[in-house]
Amino acid sequence: MSSKPPRRVIPLTVERESSLSAAEESAVVEVCGRLAGLGGALLPILHGVQRALGWVPPAAVPVIARQLNLSVAEVHGVVSFYHYFRTTRGGRHVVHVCRAEACQAVGGRGLEAHAKRVLGVEFHGTTADGAIRLEPVYCLGNCALGPALMIDEQLQGRVTAARFDELMQGCRAAAPGAGS
Amino acid sequence: MSAAAPVKVYVPRDAAALSVGAQATAQAIVAEAQRRGVPLELIRNGSRGLLSFEPLVEVATPAGRVAYGPVTASAVAELFEAGFLHGRPHPLAHGRTEEMGYLKTQERLTFARVGITDPRSLADYLAHGGYRGLRAALALAPEAIVEAVTASGLRGRGGAAFPAGLKWRTVVGAPGAQKYIVCNADEGDSGTFSDRMLMEGDPFVLLEGMTIAGLACGATRGYIYLRWEYPHALEALEAAIGAARAAHYLGEDIQGSGQSFELEVRVGAGAYICGEETALLESLEGKRGQVRFKPPLPALQGLFGQPTVINNVITFASVPIILEQGAAYYQHFGMGRSRGTLPLQLAGNIKRGGLVEKAFGVTLRELLYDYGGGSLSGRPIRAVQVGGPLGAYLPESQFDTPVDYEAFAAIGGMLGHGGLVVFDDSVDLAAQARYALQFCALESCGKCTPCRLGSTRGVEVLERLLAGENAPRQEALLRDLCETLTYGSLCALGGLTPYPVLSALNHFPEDFVKPVRPSVSA
Repeated sequence: MSSKPPRRVIPLTVERESSLSAAEESAVVEVCGRLAGLGGALLPILHGVQRALGWVPPAAVPVIARQLNLSVAEVHGVVSFYHYFRTTRGGRHVVHVCRAEACQAVGGRGLEAHAKRVLGVEFHGTTADGAIRLEPVYCLGNCALGPALMIDEQLQGRVTAARFDELMQGCRAAAPGAGS
Repeated sequence: MSAAAPVKVYVPRDAAALSVGAQATAQAIVAEAQRRGVPLELIRNGSRGLLSFEPLVEVATPAGRVAYGPVTASAVAELFEAGFLHGRPHPLAHGRTEEMGYLKTQERLTFARVGITDPRSLADYLAHGGYRGLRAALALAPEAIVEAVTASGLRGRGGAAFPAGLKWRTVVGAPGAQKYIVCNADEGDSGTFSDRMLMEGDPFVLLEGMTIAGLACGATRGYIYLRWEYPHALEALEAAIGAARAAHYLGEDIQGSGQSFELEVRVGAGAYICGEETALLESLEGKRGQVRFKPPLPALQGLFGQPTVINNVITFASVPIILEQGAAYYQHFGMGRSRGTLPLQLAGNIKRGGLVEKAFGVTLRELLYDYGGGSLSGRPIRAVQVGGPLGAYLPESQFDTPVDYEAFAAIGGMLGHGGLVVFDDSVDLAAQARYALQFCALESCGKCTPCRLGSTRGVEVLERLLAGENAPRQEALLRDLCETLTYGSLCALGGLTPYPVLSALNHFPEDFVKPVRPSVSA
């Protein structure tokens, strides 16, 4: 027997992505199966995938494309167009800090700088302990009670630096496995 | 005492109220009532719109509802002690809610029920006049419904102010196998939250308005395109749609009329441009939110190529009262060609921020000082941005402008969705102008060159101007670029970005001048 590996055959179909785990792939397929019948199904499907996995892994794109009979480029184009879809992993909690004018008028820029400093990350970054991911957002509709931010789906208003630190502590305490 | 009927206590479930602790307040009230053995019925209403008083707790008394606020969880025990369940005085008490100055002088047509009813209760909606507009519409021929909307003078409340009746009539006359009613609930303008408050506080009125539009235009399917940033509104809408369907106000054979209308909520994904109607339609179709060329108008070839009515939340929500009270009643409010009322939103650096629904004609000054009470910081108000990130920055000298579409156009501004963002004298208008261009660059869909490239070039030119590199030349270049954006862009994003930039430059030129540095040789 030769020790040389067998020659690799290039498949005619799109190569299956290997970096999704079996569980992840079945979650993506499940979401597609459930929603593919909707008119204009791609956005609902991407929301479903992000809800199930916490992000939209690049490796999920060919799977979704195959399920919807779209090209990989079409699906990638949609994923990359919308700010809300996260294409990198990370963060047990997502903190969206508002950067829009009404919050700027009451110190939003200061809060943004404070958030980056205390978390030690830039926007789209995740803290070293994996607890918090920081994202920008342009208006949360809480414009009379700014500065505003949203932790996962919880809206917060009149957020001072001290209140921010308190909220982040709460995030860390709530995170599974974060012993304190 | 213990045999008395439970006292009704209202604690809003509006997201803004929750953002400052309404949930904890509600829990504390229930716990304290249990501790004292007092029977109490907790109702989670929408917000009255006095956001600076949130959490605003109301107690139903024989004399009417009495307001307390802001009520934090820690103040609850003390309120019980003071007898707030009987409407007794306390430093946080404001007397009867309806008599509060902020509310008393408003003209609430579209927001008539918001903050009053339980938004999860269809029965409460019906008890407060809900679905009377639909009943009236069901008795009318489709043309008569369109005629009523036209005669009311209602113009699109999303910003473009296009006459709603005219849009509907176009759809009625368009041939199509499946027509659609689409609600633009992608309220992305900073300083605006009226759509959110309405959807959370009175979701049924939006459903009713869209259903009437469906009847008028022969459309049997509708979509609400909601921004992801509004999870509380999503919950409220889903609950309302479920309740309306169960009671045959949605679905097949509405109220035995033989007419049907199906409604579905779709969630956006954080693209400001999807507030533009054709980009929204692309997004609903599952594509990138890129602006379409017009023509064809969406009324002729809209969603999936079919005739489509697309209107903003407040536009649809204003339709039931027009059908219920008649076009003349609605038309009677307002000034000039701006008829009816506009829910205005006081935001940013303002002492009493919130929602003020007034007939057109109220001035900015009345809104800023009589309702808003001046700036939150206590410093002078220096600038107000009206109409979102594409609206002009207005100086004090323009505060007497009435809220009217034409009056705003005349001063080089726009009313947009009715949001007022207030800045005190610490604002740097050059920084705001730069932000406007950066925002345009970030949110540009990329379809047309002036917006895609012009926004980025604009940031660069402005930065050179601020650095004092041949400033007169940079300013000329910036103005030239703004002209290209205004006349060369495909949609309002590129077309209106010059508003905040040029208004800042024209009204606040001192902010664009490089501070004189002491010379090196001195």
